[in-house]
Parts: sequence; structure tokens; C-alpha cells
Amino acid sequence: MNTLSSQQQLQLLYWMKLTRAVDDRTEDLYKQGKIPGVIFSQRGHEAIAVGASYALEPEDVLAPMHRDLGAYLLRGMTPGTIFAQAMARIGGPSRGRDTNTHGLGDLSLGIIGYISHLPQSMPVTLGAAFSFKYRGEARVALTFTGDGASSEGAFSESLNLAAVLNLPAVFILENNRYAYSTPTHHQYATRNLVQRAEAFGMPGYTVDGNNVLDVWQVTAEAVDRARSGGGPSLIEAHTMRMRGHAIHDPANYVPKQLLEEWETLDPIKITTDTLRNQGVLDHTTEADIALKVKTEVDAGLKWADSSPLPNPDTLTAGIYA
Amino acid sequence: MPELSFLQAINQALLQEMQADDTVFVIGQDVGEFGGAFKATEGLYKAFGRRRVIDAPMCEYSFSGLANGAALMGLRPVVEFQFADFISTAFDPIVQFAATEHYRQGHPVPVVFRAPCGGGAHGGPFHSQSPEAWFVHTAGLKVVMPSNPYDAKGLLIAAIRDPNPIIFLEPKYLYRRQKAEVPKEIYTVPIGPASITRTGDDLSVICFGAMVPEAIQASESLQHEGISCEIIDIRTLSPLDSSSILASVQKTGRALVVHEARRTAGVGAEICSIISELAFESLDAPVMRHTAPDTPVPYSPPLESAYRPDSTSIAMAARKLAAY
Repeated sequence: MNTLSSQQQLQLLYWMKLTRAVDDRTEDLYKQGKIPGVIFSQRGHEAIAVGASYALEPEDVLAPMHRDLGAYLLRGMTPGTIFAQAMARIGGPSRGRDTNTHGLGDLSLGIIGYISHLPQSMPVTLGAAFSFKYRGEARVALTFTGDGASSEGAFSESLNLAAVLNLPAVFILENNRYAYSTPTHHQYATRNLVQRAEAFGMPGYTVDGNNVLDVWQVTAEAVDRARSGGGPSLIEAHTMRMRGHAIHDPANYVPKQLLEEWETLDPIKITTDTLRNQGVLDHTTEADIALKVKTEVDAGLKWADSSPLPNPDTLTAGIYA
Repeated sequence: MPELSFLQAINQALLQEMQADDTVFVIGQDVGEFGGAFKATEGLYKAFGRRRVIDAPMCEYSFSGLANGAALMGLRPVVEFQFADFISTAFDPIVQFAATEHYRQGHPVPVVFRAPCGGGAHGGPFHSQSPEAWFVHTAGLKVVMPSNPYDAKGLLIAAIRDPNPIIFLEPKYLYRRQKAEVPKEIYTVPIGPASITRTGDDLSVICFGAMVPEAIQASESLQHEGISCEIIDIRTLSPLDSSSILASVQKTGRALVVHEARRTAGVGAEICSIISELAFESLDAPVMRHTAPDTPVPYSPPLESAYRPDSTSIAMAARKLAAY
């Protein structure tokens, strides 16, 4: 069984806290009118994004979705870059062409930008995995998708194709109980989604998506299998989307009680409690983490604010490579 | 110089480019040992094995998406669709991802999506379509349709080497109906420029794909009637070589745009607009279109013949234009 040192567990906490801080600051920017488009809350998804991407090596590739800000940060994308993208500045990876957590790709960091049409990142990830196998490289491609996307035909196609070609791929299904306003019982008639893994001939795992160590543990196992030629895996990580689909959505369709229950399971809170109880996290360390997070976020915001909006003359630049 | 059919030229282009570049691989349904529905990939499996010639399950969406991802990582995938009609099942990866990735993210997606298109072979509504307009309307794709074996080989090699996603449409009516001299060695025909297939003075016939040999045949009978046609084979439908089209129309003063696809909002409509906007003062007659009507492609031979323009109907349209 894989284990993490105390220091590594503190890193996981740091990345989750940084995710939350960037997310909160993004919401502030939106309320200040500094973000012309839409933003997607990360609340409830921090442990999945951070735990899963922590299981990868630097040479691996991942394709996050719109609630995986933690994965972008952990792979080395700076908060400033992320703010600049949301603020439609040229400092974002899309140089003002794509919104917030969409199109936030940077291949130099091994990140394939999120493709809005879920689950289109799945077959694209298969292509990355295919290229690793083609070249005989021991690399892995990992992607994230959601419960809503599982109903699309491409979800099933991709699992099947990955299994048939025995590709080094890992699929993380973030089951957050709602696809926009549609609850999971209107999305699928089975008890869960992980059983699809068996249907397509690959191992399936169920994990508590609010427990970052569990997410890391199970992903590390799937990544090891993929890297050693054992083929793809599907991981269903359960969580709750703690805000609306996007900032404009008050999500009145979600029962209050459900949110209250899940609030007690907040991924940052439970990790903090665990690490405190184990004596890994003391007051000084906690203060250090808080300061580091604040410094990163403040510096990022300053940088993003200094990044200009794109020049309209560049409208048609780069349509072709 | 050896004579090859259109299909053999495609096959040779794939074989030679795969020999020249290990990053090139082929994926599609039945493309492996079987050699493809039309035999365009025949012999490739034997030459390169299953590592580079991949029989995919029946999932155009996913294997097109896989090609996109592989291209992002530096490979040069060639996707084969059994029929261009089936591209609709892979529309999303092509128009949403492949077409926009460079504009949005600066990452090139060098995939060639090959597809046998067009009618005349009694394939019925699901095996005869000419879907080029879907893709010409999408920014970020290049759309190519050769009309002869020489261009087929040279354009396909150019397409594989191009850093952009390319819809490579092969008129299946031409696959085995014509042979022409094709150099044995590797060469490219540049993507972009149109080709002046015949020079003439009285009117310009602007066409592509399987309509080019039909227009040539029409022009030969019209020549006897004293009507001299200039034939422009556009070859690359996106981006369009407007300057070659305009130069010809400025010379002849008359333009007939011909395509096998349906009329409304087809590529011909765009060509007519360009001519009207930029060569209005040179025109001696309205720009005319001769296309299929706005119906699905029917199966029964009398219906399909009525649907699809041919040398006789092109000649009739040209006479009308010349007499205006």
C-alpha cells in the first residue's frame, strides 16, 4: 500500500487551501465586475482535483474539467495565470480567447485544457495515452469527467476504446450529485456509475471524494497499473457540488439539508482535523500555510491586473497553426 | 511515369508518408488487415503492423478524439471514415476541439480526417453525401477535395505534413474511374492554390471534386459550339483561393459555379458572394450556380441522376450563361 509522509500530507492540504483561496478570490473579482464571463465554483471538488493529480509524475499528462482548479495549480500553473484567464487578459493561457477554467491548457505543464463539451476530454486523453504507448514511454494520461457526462455516448465509447487498445489512461468520474439542476436519479438508473468499468472490462474504484488521502491512494494504484502496461481504470469519486452550476445559478433546486450534511464533510476541514489530531499540523505550520497561500494569491492578482486586455487587431490571429 | 487510379494514388501517398515519418499512423474501421472499405489502406497493415495501422471499434467520435489527443502530443494521425456521411457522428471532436484548439490554446492539432464523399455510386441517402460546407463554415479547419490521381497523392502528403486539422474529401466516384500519370517519388501539391485545369475566354466554370472531370467533358462539347470555358478546380475549399477565381472571372466576365452538394448555403454560395463583391464590374452576366437541389441524396438511378450535376447538365447551364 502506498503511503505519504507527513510533509506530503501537508502539501496536499496546502494545494487544497490554495485552490479554495483562488476560488474565493475569483468570486470576489466577479462581484467587483472584473470578470466579464461566467465562473465555476470549485467548492467540494478540491480533494478530488488535488488528490488525483498528486498521484502523477511530472512527465504524465492530465486533462482536467472545470472543477479541477487544484489540478492546474498543482501542475504549476500560477494563480496569476488563472486570474488573468478569468479576467480575459492576455496573461491567461488562451490569451483572452476562452473563459475561466475552460481552455486553461498548457502542454508545457502537461495540461490539456478543458473542453466544454463533456466528456470530450476523455477521447483526447486517450490520444495522449496512445502516443505514450506508441513511443514506448512509461507515461500515463489522466482525465476528469462528471456524472452528467456519463450519459453521453462518448463516455461509453471512450471507456470501450481505452480498454480495447489497453491504453495507459485513468478516468476520474467526479460524481457531485447534480448535472446543472438534474439530480443523479434522473441521470442514470443504476445504483452507481463505477459498475460501468466492469461493463467495459477495466477495474473500477469507488472513493470518498472529500478525502484527499483516499483519492490519492486509489489514483496512485490506477496510475501504477496504467504505467506498468495494465491498462485503464475508472474511479468514481463521490462529492457534493456545494454551489450552483455556475455563479449565476443559486441552485434553489438543491435541498438545504443536503448541503448542510455535506458542509460537515468539507474536504479542507476534514483534512485539517485529521492532520491536527495526528499532530502533523500545529499552529505554526497552519499559520505558515495560510501566509503562503495569501502571498501567492495576492501576488497572482497583482500580476493578472497588470496583464492587458487583448488588442482587437489580434482577433483573427492563430486560427491556423 | 506509372499510371495510377485515384485510389492507388491515395494508397501510395499513405504508404510513402508512413515510410518517411514514423509519427504517421492510420486509424479507422476495417483499415487493418482488411485494407479499408474501399481498399485505400491495403497493404499498410502488412508493411507497418498493428502499432501504426489501427482497426478501431465502431466509434468515430472517440477515435477522432483520440487522433486529436495524439496530434497534441506530436503524432500525425490519419483518420479514415468509411463514408463522409459518417463524419456527423464525429462532428464534436472535429468542429469543437480540432478546429479551435490552436486559436484558443496555441496547440497545433495536425490530424487528417479522410473521407470518401459524393454520389453517383447508388449509395443512397447515407452513403453519398458531400458534407464539405459543414466544415468550410468552421474556422480553423482546412478542407481539401482533389479531382484527379496526381492531386490526390500530392495533396494528401501535403495534408499529412500540415500542422492543421484537415478534412480530406475523396470523391469515391473517381476512385476507380480514371487513371493518370503519378510520379513514383514523394511530392506535395500545396494546400490553398486552385488549379486552372483548362484555359478559356467566354466563361469560367468554378468547380471541385468529381465535378471537375464532368466540367472538362462539358467544355469539350461546348468548344465545338464555339463556347470557350476556363475551368478552375479549387481543390482547397477552405481557405479558398479567391484571387485565382477573381482573376479568371475578370478575364471571362461570366462565372458558373458547380458543385455536387446541395444548393442552399453550399460552398458555391460563398464563391458567388466573393465574385459579386469583388468582381462586379467585370461581370457581363449574373453569377450562376449549378448544384444538386436541396434534397437528401436519393438511391434509385433515375432519381440520383436528376439529383447530381453531370457533363450534360453542366453544358446546359453553361450555354444559358453564355447566351445571357
